[in-house]
Amino acid sequence: MDSRRFDLFLILPLAIFTLAFLILPLARLTVEAGSGPQGLAGFFVILTEARFRNSLIVTLILAIATTVATLTVATVAAQTLANRKFSGRGLLLSMLTFPLAFPGVVVGFMIILFGGRLGLVGSVSKSLFGANVVFAYSLFGLFLGYLYFSVPRVLLTILAAAEKLDPSLVEAARSLGASPLAIQRDVVLPALFPAMYTGGALCFATAMGAFGTAFTLATAIDVTPMLIYTEFTLATNASMAAAISIALGLVTWAALAIARSRAMRDTKGA
Amino acid sequence: MRQWTTIAGIAITALLTLFLVVPILLSVYAGLTVNYARGISAGFTFEWVRQVWDLYADTVWRSLVVALLTLALTLLIGVPGAYALARKGGRFARAVEEIVTLPVAVPGLALALALILSYGGFGTFRKSTLFVVIGHVLFTLPFMMRSVIAVLDTIDWRTLDEGAASLGSPAWRRFVDVILPNVRPGIVAGALTVVTLSIGEFNLTWMMHTPMTKTLPVGLADAYASMRLEIASAYTIVFLIMVIPLLIGVQLIAGLTERRTKS
Repeated sequence: MDSRRFDLFLILPLAIFTLAFLILPLARLTVEAGSGPQGLAGFFVILTEARFRNSLIVTLILAIATTVATLTVATVAAQTLANRKFSGRGLLLSMLTFPLAFPGVVVGFMIILFGGRLGLVGSVSKSLFGANVVFAYSLFGLFLGYLYFSVPRVLLTILAAAEKLDPSLVEAARSLGASPLAIQRDVVLPALFPAMYTGGALCFATAMGAFGTAFTLATAIDVTPMLIYTEFTLATNASMAAAISIALGLVTWAALAIARSRAMRDTKGA
Repeated sequence: MRQWTTIAGIAITALLTLFLVVPILLSVYAGLTVNYARGISAGFTFEWVRQVWDLYADTVWRSLVVALLTLALTLLIGVPGAYALARKGGRFARAVEEIVTLPVAVPGLALALALILSYGGFGTFRKSTLFVVIGHVLFTLPFMMRSVIAVLDTIDWRTLDEGAASLGSPAWRRFVDVILPNVRPGIVAGALTVVTLSIGEFNLTWMMHTPMTKTLPVGLADAYASMRLEIASAYTIVFLIMVIPLLIGVQLIAGLTERRTKS
């Protein structure tokens, strides 16, 4: 077999699979979205109809809030964990990354155990103040759930970058009298930025598409993936569900593309 | 004296750890108590776990079968594909990688919808476990390919390949005998990730499953919605028993490859 034919043989399974189960279905989804009662206007229904627009806005706010909070917590924790040796470090890292493999439904259940009707926070507050604090089914509960599955992923990404950061740079800045905030601004954060972009983009994309957590918490808040699900199964409106899916996918993909180009520029500049 | 920033950092990390770990411990505890609302005084039991097994054992086996089939397909498609892209290089390879990675960015529900719209008419295929497997392969393939490409980037596979070629070895033998053993760390890491992701996959599966093709996370969603807290928790324990060994495996492999690249 000559080299050209061998290359073809290597890539053939990938080509067939991608064509049949990714490109073709996505094309079919696009056709479906444009073939509803409104025709091509169906693509813009997510912006024109108040119910859909509100859902997209809530989802965007939730995803942005999750990304900002996750990046903040993960950057602090990564710097605390990087280059610090203590017994049980490996165990701690494993525990911090367990939620990586949890589906959204399980994360929702974790939040119910934490802040639901029989939850930990509620029973503690009941015994202390006599009031059962329940937040699992609110927007805050949803936010905590998103934080729960986002932090481990982003923490790993930023930790890898923080461990490559030369501690002597921080030491030098400190001995020259730089304040902790100045060290963060001028030394640490610039070095971590590429990892923060990558981690943040992944976090945002996951939060935009997350479905299981909202499903388990059964909140009154309609995040966009929940809307796709109800449109398709309960309203059996496939073209509407397809149009919303495409809008959601495009917003997410654009955010990822912007983040990646920024990250690349920053690494080149450094 | 320690700086206040260091202390604040340790405090935030500790709180984060509690936030992530305490609910897991709570679910293990709730699944083993006789009555969660009454607390420890009611005592502990394996009764809930047994009931979960009676109700949902089929979802456990199906999840394992789906994960293994998904792994087999990602190996067959992803490993040669990754090597082909590395050989080809340049703009074309990057474009292909971009397309293959789309399922990471596109919400799972959208992908599931696209697959159902395209193949919903093929009744037998639509109703089979294989349909769920296809969804899982779509979603996990980028992780397998990334993992293999990452290793290919660190080794000088071209020299290895040319060396074997100059000894008269045909292309496919060089792939099997020279390239595959050298990218093994990437394949193993990718395989563990694929199996872990497949066992935990919900977004796609929830849309794609039929009553006859329920996987573990689908069963979990069902239990969370309709069963008492103790059964839901016991089912979560079963899930934890399945994924935690895999996660530890991923970390061990990652640690091994890190040490190898450092030395």
